[in-house]
Amino acid sequence: MFSAMLGEAWHAMGANRLRTFLTMLGMVIGVGAVVLMMAIGQGAEASVKRSISAMGSNLFVVLSGPPNVAGARSATGNAPSLNVKDANAIAELDGVAGVAPVTMGKAQIVFGSNNWNTDILGTTPSYLDVRSWYLSSGYAFADSDIRSATRVALIGKTVAQNIFGDDIDPLGKTIRIKQSPFVVLGVLDSKGQSLDGRDQDDTIIVPLTTAQRKLFGNQLPGSVRQIIVQAESDKAMAMTEEGINGLLNQRHNIREGADSDFSVRNLTAIANSAAETTRTMSLLLGAIASVSLLVGGIGIMNIMLVSVTERTREIGIRMAIGARQRDILMQFLLEAIVISIVGCLIGIGIGVGGAVLVSIFTKTEVIVSTNSVLIAFSVAASIGVFFGFYPARKAAKLNPIEALRYQ
Amino acid sequence: MQKNNIEAKTVIQVSNLYKDYQTAAGPFPVLKDVNLRIENGDYVAIMGPSGSGKSTFMNILGCLDKPTKGKYVLDGHAVATMEENAVAGVRNKTIGFVFQGFNLLARSSLLDNVALPLVYSGIEKPERHKRAKVLLEKVGLGKHINSRPNQISGGQQQRVAIARALVNNPRLILADEPTGNLDSVTSEEIMALFGELNQEGITIVLVTHETDIAEHAKRQVRFLDGKIVQDTLTNSHSLNEVL
Repeated sequence: MFSAMLGEAWHAMGANRLRTFLTMLGMVIGVGAVVLMMAIGQGAEASVKRSISAMGSNLFVVLSGPPNVAGARSATGNAPSLNVKDANAIAELDGVAGVAPVTMGKAQIVFGSNNWNTDILGTTPSYLDVRSWYLSSGYAFADSDIRSATRVALIGKTVAQNIFGDDIDPLGKTIRIKQSPFVVLGVLDSKGQSLDGRDQDDTIIVPLTTAQRKLFGNQLPGSVRQIIVQAESDKAMAMTEEGINGLLNQRHNIREGADSDFSVRNLTAIANSAAETTRTMSLLLGAIASVSLLVGGIGIMNIMLVSVTERTREIGIRMAIGARQRDILMQFLLEAIVISIVGCLIGIGIGVGGAVLVSIFTKTEVIVSTNSVLIAFSVAASIGVFFGFYPARKAAKLNPIEALRYQ
Repeated sequence: MQKNNIEAKTVIQVSNLYKDYQTAAGPFPVLKDVNLRIENGDYVAIMGPSGSGKSTFMNILGCLDKPTKGKYVLDGHAVATMEENAVAGVRNKTIGFVFQGFNLLARSSLLDNVALPLVYSGIEKPERHKRAKVLLEKVGLGKHINSRPNQISGGQQQRVAIARALVNNPRLILADEPTGNLDSVTSEEIMALFGELNQEGITIVLVTHETDIAEHAKRQVRFLDGKIVQDTLTNSHSLNEVL
């Protein structure tokens, strides 16, 4: 019985192909939009999440400056107001899990006939722990390298790619940074892009003291550009921030109410707000796409109503030869459901195809999750039932005598 | 569904039947105290001018409409008091309809058209097609089972409709002006087919306003102003068959 009705539904759809196709198109576009939008939204969310976890969790960065020299302020991070001792003091605070003082600059590096310009980061071994950054090969430098300011380097993937190429193993090779020879100890794992789109793998990490004394020089011995602080937990963040402010104000002799010569930035909060933004965006995209799904559903209802009117006589004949009301109801409901499900399947295909094209042409990440496909499918099927029910009931409630007389 | 053995010989028993139509000016009586009994194997022509109530009576006999008052027993079922789904079952299994306008489904093949009532009896496809094929052969259209209704003549379409009416082995065939859209030669052929079916024992009730068509029936019932005014045997049939 059911298969016979399914056959009838298919038959009826085939009877007016253009109309069926146009009705279906509403569904196709709706589902396609939902699947595509969700893929883009989820892709954005995933890439933000990855950036956040790549950055390391529960992080602060303490920046030096802004310096105020006789009323003229210069850029944050330029004044030599932070030093290694500040970092050591912060490490003693409650709730602090790790501290890494950082100094940085740009330099030209050379290996053989290749050269490259990249960020040089001078820091302590704890930097890698704080940033949850691992080595893909080799090993990291140790505290002893800090003490003796050895010329060793950890190089990022992009740097390795550009000066060594694919064929040469960088480990143990000597590169030149600002003409000084450095031995490559290890290659850093890939971190990908940062939140602002910077390639985090385009970097070299060297011991802090080496950078200070042998690469960039220093106005004040021991000064650093920034100190990265990791709190023990999400909950400890507020307490830690307060602790850093109090400690540094005291150490730098800043009077109450006066401007600090440093600033503390909560990186996690920035990252979270970025995540929040993408979540809102993907929700908004989904909502807009859902509207087209709704419009598609209304299109189905519209056509089903026309179809019921057109086929009034057929309904009368069926009733006369023994169709029950629920047989008629099922027939039209099934037709609406078949239209919406077939439309939905095509829509999923188009949505997935569109997502692939988007990822190819815009190089952004898209994720087509099974969930989004299942959601689109079940929503489409429910729309078929919901918008098909009223016309189907109208058909089932027809008076057989009047239906038979209908011209 | 209660079946009464005493009435098994009686296919239709109508007693004190009234039907009013609700109009803006109040109820308008269409059938007034109609009584009719049709035995198994009978062949009845219902006649009367338009507005006499014969179509309304036919609709009630076909379980498409319900009387305002009175009793209608069809093959042991007290149809007037049954609920809608059960009535659909009666229409499906007990009655075969033949209409003036043939009323075939234009998009379906002749085979599917004839097999359609069986869909609503819950019979599987191979059996449906087997039975529909047998009947199409019986009405002389065995070669056209895959044609569409618009590919055959009116007379042939009416044969298909008759095959459809027969497919569920009904006790009763209700034909509403079955020759109204046909020329006289084809009409004769269709009436001959009805005659054969009646010979095989199927009860036939026929609505017509043409006297020469009514002559084919064994018994003629005439309506006027919502009442039966005449109930006679056709001359060519013997009186004993009815009494």
